[in-house]
Amino acid sequence: MRGANRSHLIAFFVLIALVVVSPGVLYPVFVMKVLCFALFAAAFNLLIGYVGLLSFGHAAFFGLGAYVTAWTAKNWGLTPEIAILLGGITGAALGSVFGWLAIRRQGLYFAMITLALAQMVYFFCVEAPFTGGEDGIQQVPRGKLFGTISLVNDMTIYWLVAGIFIAGFLLLNRVVHSPFGQVMKAIRENEPRATSLGYRTDSYKLIAFILSTFIAGIAGGTKSLVFGIATLTDVHWSMSGEVVLMTLLGGLGTIFGPVMGALVVTTMENYLAPFGAWVTVTQGLIFIACVLAFRRGIIGEIGAKLKLAL
Amino acid sequence: MFSIFGVPGPLLFGQLLLGLINGGFYAMLSLGLAVIFGMLNIINFAHGAVFMMGAFVAWMLLNYLGVNYWFALILSPLIVAAFGVVLEKTIISRLYALDHLYGLLLTFGLALVIEGLFRNEYGSSGMPYQIPALLSGAVNLGFMFLPIYRGWVIVAAVVVCFATWLLIEKTKLGSLLRAATENPALVQAFGVNVPRLVTLTFAGGVALAAFAGVLAAPIYSVNPNMGSNFINTVFAVVVIGGMGSIFGAIVSGFGLGVIEGLTKVFYPQASDTVIFVVMVLVLLTRPAGLFGKAA
Repeated sequence: MRGANRSHLIAFFVLIALVVVSPGVLYPVFVMKVLCFALFAAAFNLLIGYVGLLSFGHAAFFGLGAYVTAWTAKNWGLTPEIAILLGGITGAALGSVFGWLAIRRQGLYFAMITLALAQMVYFFCVEAPFTGGEDGIQQVPRGKLFGTISLVNDMTIYWLVAGIFIAGFLLLNRVVHSPFGQVMKAIRENEPRATSLGYRTDSYKLIAFILSTFIAGIAGGTKSLVFGIATLTDVHWSMSGEVVLMTLLGGLGTIFGPVMGALVVTTMENYLAPFGAWVTVTQGLIFIACVLAFRRGIIGEIGAKLKLAL
Repeated sequence: MFSIFGVPGPLLFGQLLLGLINGGFYAMLSLGLAVIFGMLNIINFAHGAVFMMGAFVAWMLLNYLGVNYWFALILSPLIVAAFGVVLEKTIISRLYALDHLYGLLLTFGLALVIEGLFRNEYGSSGMPYQIPALLSGAVNLGFMFLPIYRGWVIVAAVVVCFATWLLIEKTKLGSLLRAATENPALVQAFGVNVPRLVTLTFAGGVALAAFAGVLAAPIYSVNPNMGSNFINTVFAVVVIGGMGSIFGAIVSGFGLGVIEGLTKVFYPQASDTVIFVVMVLVLLTRPAGLFGKAA
């Protein structure tokens, strides 16, 4: 946690403690779901929160990562760590192309372009034979970590997921507090000035985009191993909307916000699942409430109350 | 039986017709988006939901009140526009001081709420809407059979698009609108009620989408997801055309519909993605869009 202040450090240790304790209290599969989405949202937050880029197509990287991990683990029998890594690389490869295209435009156009490109990926996944169409890729084996440790037991895979989450979280945090991260924030605040100071802002944006999509792919791949399934839901635009919601609710541009947002949104969906479309209505209402009433999000508001940057 | 490039004529013209119809919807929706964006600086993500509402209101008018298609074609856009006025006055007007991205997020939330409520009430399977008697049947054009309703949709879409273009480019109201888009403070200083103009613009754009929804009702079944299926493609159309020009929105809407239709004939696997591919090509060659001004 170099470059972080004391409040970060304390919050981080609280987070670690929660990650360690919660599977004893809550259903481990549920906690793993939260962790996967938290990592996904944290990756998304790197763009919207620190570079000011609203990607409305992050489901493409998450979902394609999930498909590649699931497919390689099932058909090639790859070990989980390599399958997940391949998911991340897929996300990054797709992200480098999409990022390269989308950063040609700014602001709202950037959002629309990423949305449209992600929609293209969705249609590709509907048609492509390897995704299994409407059924998706089912019964993905969790396999043996490094070829030796079986992950069939929920608690065993839990530690793997927790490890991936913490590693990804630390990586993103390190990036935000690095000199690179300072330039990202400068671009968010005032891009023309960053350009006039001699920074190639497009390169910075692209690198941030690739990094974010790499982590999104990792999150998607991990999720597909936990649940043994990769489906069209993972690449659908509503998934892109969900990750936006998590980040907005938790707090844009806060380190811990996306984690909080993922926890709240996933919990809400769990409880509301029996009520069908009320989930969608509630999500929409949260969006509206966040934009109108508290744009700083949960963690942002807490941070403002305590006068701390969280 | 004749053929063109090895494709039977009726198939080619049939898909071309479908392409023109979809193009008409793209044109009307992207036109509304462009007008709203010009005035409010907001990308209305709820535009698809509003399109769906237009179809649903027509369906409700018919099934609950017995109001026929022709009245619905006028009434439904008016009802939805009234809804738009309320929306603009109560919620959307709070956004003008904020970063543009919040407008996108808020209207996305609105779309979720509207679609979710309709899905709760009516399920996702969709309900049929009868083609009005006057427009049912088909005529033989010699080279193909033209279902009359489909011909009517194209004509109606062209007329509405043209009327909107006339309104904005050739009337007093239109010139005020364009002036307020350029410099709202100055127009207000001349004594024009700009906030009311903004509300009217939003209502107008929304009514256009609702009108398209009523036209679409007999073609697609009326269901809560019909708008979100369209809106993603319409965003690509908007990126391709650029939002700077009314004429550009119309031309790219129809043009892309036709391209999509032709792709269905010659390479059906790519028909869902072809518009996005065109968008990529446009971004590579003319990043500001075909008719857009450089940002």
